[in-house]
Amino acid sequence: MDYILLTELAINGVFVGLMYALVAVGIVLIYKTSGLANLAQGALAMMGGYATWAVASYFGLPVWGAIPIAIVLMFLVGALIERLALRRMIGQPVIMVIMLTLGLEILLRGLLPGVFGSAVKRLDLGIPNAPIFLGDFLINRSILIGGIISLVMICLALVFFNSRLGVMMRAVSDDQTASWSVGIRVERAIAVAWGLSSVMATVAGVLWGATQGIDWSLSLLLIKALAIAILGGLDSIPGVLIAGVIVGVAESLASGILDPLVGGGTRDVVASVIILLTLLVKPHGLFGREHIERV
Amino acid sequence: MFYRRAGIRHTRYQDERQLWPLPFDKGLVAVIAALLVVAPFVVEPLYLSSYLLPWIIWSTAALGLNFLMGTAGQIHLGYGAVMAIGAYTAVHLVLAGIPFEIAMLAGGVMSAAIGIVFGAAALRVKGLYLAMATLAMQYIVDFVIMHFPAISGGSLASIAVPPVTFLGVPVIGDVRTYFVALIICAMVTLFMLNVQRTSFGRALAAVREKDYAAEVIGVSTFKFKLLAFWTSSFIGGVVGAVLAVCYLRSVSPDQFHLELSIQLVAMVIVGGLGSVLGSFFGAALILFTPILLNNLIGSLASDFGLAISTDLRSHVPLMLYGALIIGFLLWEPLGLAKIYNNFRNYLLVWPFRHAQR
Repeated sequence: MDYILLTELAINGVFVGLMYALVAVGIVLIYKTSGLANLAQGALAMMGGYATWAVASYFGLPVWGAIPIAIVLMFLVGALIERLALRRMIGQPVIMVIMLTLGLEILLRGLLPGVFGSAVKRLDLGIPNAPIFLGDFLINRSILIGGIISLVMICLALVFFNSRLGVMMRAVSDDQTASWSVGIRVERAIAVAWGLSSVMATVAGVLWGATQGIDWSLSLLLIKALAIAILGGLDSIPGVLIAGVIVGVAESLASGILDPLVGGGTRDVVASVIILLTLLVKPHGLFGREHIERV
Repeated sequence: MFYRRAGIRHTRYQDERQLWPLPFDKGLVAVIAALLVVAPFVVEPLYLSSYLLPWIIWSTAALGLNFLMGTAGQIHLGYGAVMAIGAYTAVHLVLAGIPFEIAMLAGGVMSAAIGIVFGAAALRVKGLYLAMATLAMQYIVDFVIMHFPAISGGSLASIAVPPVTFLGVPVIGDVRTYFVALIICAMVTLFMLNVQRTSFGRALAAVREKDYAAEVIGVSTFKFKLLAFWTSSFIGGVVGAVLAVCYLRSVSPDQFHLELSIQLVAMVIVGGLGSVLGSFFGAALILFTPILLNNLIGSLASDFGLAISTDLRSHVPLMLYGALIIGFLLWEPLGLAKIYNNFRNYLLVWPFRHAQR
């Protein structure tokens, strides 16, 4: 196996991993504020992609003009989900709330292709197809740009958590009752978290939609995002960044090396294997906090 | 965690341990059982094989999953994979010339053995993380089945099930396959009805409500969580074998995808967590509503000339599963079983209005 191919796979894997990490950041945002995993994050990314496409095609806007409108729309959608569904579930066991997000994912996965048609939608960001040559290595241009945008977004999320609103949300994640009693509006903080994670999902949906087209399969990003979030430790954004790179590289190398041996499809199973190994070896991930439980 | 009977009808432990606290339920179940036994001689064969048989099989599967999710409080998003393991094991054993009864049990044991490996993750983590572990299991099992020709015969292949005999009777025709499925269903139902009265069921309930507290009073959470996984996966494997032999008649990898797992989770939640009767209700609702709704949309489209695209119609089942899960979790978290229970309680005190506020 020549090292040029391996390096090339690894470099492309880094950027793909960053693009996965963008979906995972949404999961972490929600987990950090409300302590539950959002299994609908992949479906939200799909919805973001569809929203951008719909705005662009129904109002005849260029794609870059449609993206801000779609982002605002999706922020409202996220906040609305919290208001209509999640707020009614306060006090229910965590299993029930996870099931609710799973139900949401199934609903969206049926609703959007049903309404907009299940044919693959093309979303052209105007990125040329020709790859970039870096010495001996070929790098896919759209993946490179997507990875860089993702990196910027994830860093923005990091910065956001040091702002006033971000500190408020961290307080909510630490102790909801205590933050409520010092005057923080817990519900609003959670609604903002949902809105922001929908925004992240929209950007991810646009980037992935530009590389592979928009259809229901965008919701499969969920499993990679979960692998990254769990490996990184569910409540740590630097963890997401590192885990994203690990998962991206592992996936890229596995599909490069193992696919010829078993006949394809390893790309989809790497994430599952990583989830399982993480849970068996270090359940709280690389950077996650251990939770101490009391009876 | 799930629900306790309100009202003070039963105040002694002996009463609480009865199989039928209310005689009405006993009568109802007896009537339903009698109807199911005479059904093949009354109902048309088409309805028998395309409505009653899948309902029986899917109800059995929902019971197996309900044992884990309702009785033991563990979450499992990969039950379709468990059934796949059972189905493939049983079919391969039958092809190798082993009697169906043994192949079916072996399928169950195989599912339990593999399921328990993933259940081991359940011993270290719970709730959210367990959901992830089982979701990962679904994908890994899918991948293994699809990419190892020794198991599936290739990613697009399907293996035909050879004719089998069950307890010396050849399983041919609609009526006999129906009865095989009904026997398995009855056995699983009896197990589920009785397990809540035993020390096993009570230990599981303790683990479900609060596992630390259960550990404090001397219930080994390790042992009972593992046992719950083992039992549920065993039932899943057996049902997988029944599904392959009695209904599908040939197994291919795409029959046991994530969709099946989601369908089963939806059945359990819609039916009611921890309820035996609810599993039957939930299976019926989830199986038949998409068909009814699809027919309704079809007739609306043709009668009123509405332009409803085939895309929309083909996505109706998914939308409906999602909407049903969300709707029941928001408005009736204990599912159809609780609705039935409310209705029955109302009728039990019918002439008197003190049950109402």
